[in-house]
Amino acid sequence: MMEKNKMKISEKTAFKTDDKDPPKNGKDYVVAARDFSVYYGNFHAVKNANVSFERGKVTAIIGPSGCGKSTFLRCVNRMNDLVDSCRTSGELIFDGINIYHPRLDIVELRRRIGMVFQRPNPFPKSIYDNIAYGPRLAGSIKKSELDGIVETSLRRAALWDEVKDRLNSNALGLSGGQQQRLCIARALAVRPEVLLMDEPCSALDPKSTSRIEDLIDELSGEYTIAIVTHNMQQAARVSHYTAFFYEGSLIEFGKTETLFTSPQKQATNDYITGRFG
Amino acid sequence: MNSHLRKDLDKLKTQILNVAACVETNVRKSVKALRELSEPLAEEVILYDREIDEMEVNTEEECLKILALHQPVASDLRFVITVLKTNNELEHIGDMAANIAKRVFYIRKERHIAIPFDIETMTTRTIYMLKSSLDAFISGDVMLALGVCEDDEIVDQENRKCYGNIEAAIKNDSESAMANINYLLVCRSLERIADLCTNIAEDVIYMERSMIVRHNLDERISELKDKLRG
Repeated sequence: MMEKNKMKISEKTAFKTDDKDPPKNGKDYVVAARDFSVYYGNFHAVKNANVSFERGKVTAIIGPSGCGKSTFLRCVNRMNDLVDSCRTSGELIFDGINIYHPRLDIVELRRRIGMVFQRPNPFPKSIYDNIAYGPRLAGSIKKSELDGIVETSLRRAALWDEVKDRLNSNALGLSGGQQQRLCIARALAVRPEVLLMDEPCSALDPKSTSRIEDLIDELSGEYTIAIVTHNMQQAARVSHYTAFFYEGSLIEFGKTETLFTSPQKQATNDYITGRFG
Repeated sequence: MNSHLRKDLDKLKTQILNVAACVETNVRKSVKALRELSEPLAEEVILYDREIDEMEVNTEEECLKILALHQPVASDLRFVITVLKTNNELEHIGDMAANIAKRVFYIRKERHIAIPFDIETMTTRTIYMLKSSLDAFISGDVMLALGVCEDDEIVDQENRKCYGNIEAAIKNDSESAMANINYLLVCRSLERIADLCTNIAEDVIYMERSMIVRHNLDERISELKDKLRG
């Protein structure tokens, strides 16, 4: 049960920051960072980033290793809370409230903002139980309803046809690509609004990568997706917007088609053409 | 940058510069052949155009290879696209040079008449535009490219004058009609070369500034000039 002093995101009046809402430019932003910084001890890992995720669109985050892109992504569902020396400043707004508000219910946040990691990490349980895990945690639920959620989630993750006859088999028996789609299905089972993907294809073969990319395309529109990737072609293929980070700073953020044909900053041009990094 | 891509881009640059050099040489030769009404020189131009055609195909294949194998982005992508387009423009310029050379044979068959347009202004300006557009491409000089776009009007004016002169000449002396018509076609080819040089200059502006200035040229050029001044 939720602790009394924790508040649900839906009770946003307590945290609402209407007076500082980011400029909308006619767009509906689900997540918006405003002068957002992350520190590991004295190390300034993300420096005053201003970047927004538009609802229903895919935003790619690119940059060389150590540029702060994964750190930034992980902040969006407070994964960095597990790092003792990590602290933040500025604001990271989700649906009108600050993600780093001290009284925010993190479990609720992580239900609404799902995450998929670099290496597929299914639970050592059956395929069915992997998907059912989140909905069961959320409260008592009828078996028939749970069956429906499992099927819908696996279908959305384009995995249903491959596993429908072996839902009770151990998930660890699936291939790497199937395990990653299972993790996506598991994230979708709790009906998130945002899906964060931290290099979701880096451990996969080209065919599995292609399936995940197709899946990202199918899920966009319904879900807001942010993906960290080292693969520039992948960023160009799957995303609507791209953010380029370098040494902790957001160098350029804009429409993917513009960034990959006519970047405004020399550093962006040099990075995406492989002149450094 | 990936050294494979670097090598291929360097090779592509060398290839397009070779095409450009051959085309420029052939245009100069075609004008010389016309002034001297030299059939051997005209023959040389026509034969050489076939080599230019072959070089154009090879350059295009190299562009397609780079696009398929390296999937270049940003400035590298713009460079390859500019080469692809410039290569095509150069091949057309080569065709125009061959067209001028072909007229030499027809004109020689007719009664001799004075050239009915200011060949000095027309050829000097056209060859200058060709040279400038290629220099702008090599050095990425946007100001030079803008100058080429503006010079096109001078050649257009000469072409219009030529049309008027020939119309009057044919009315006065119908026996000179065939020779005059052939000169009109020469003038038209020179004017077309100037147009194609303008296209190359516009491609250079795209390569350097990511701006497509084609259509509404005057408006976009003044916008770009303001930016450059700013």
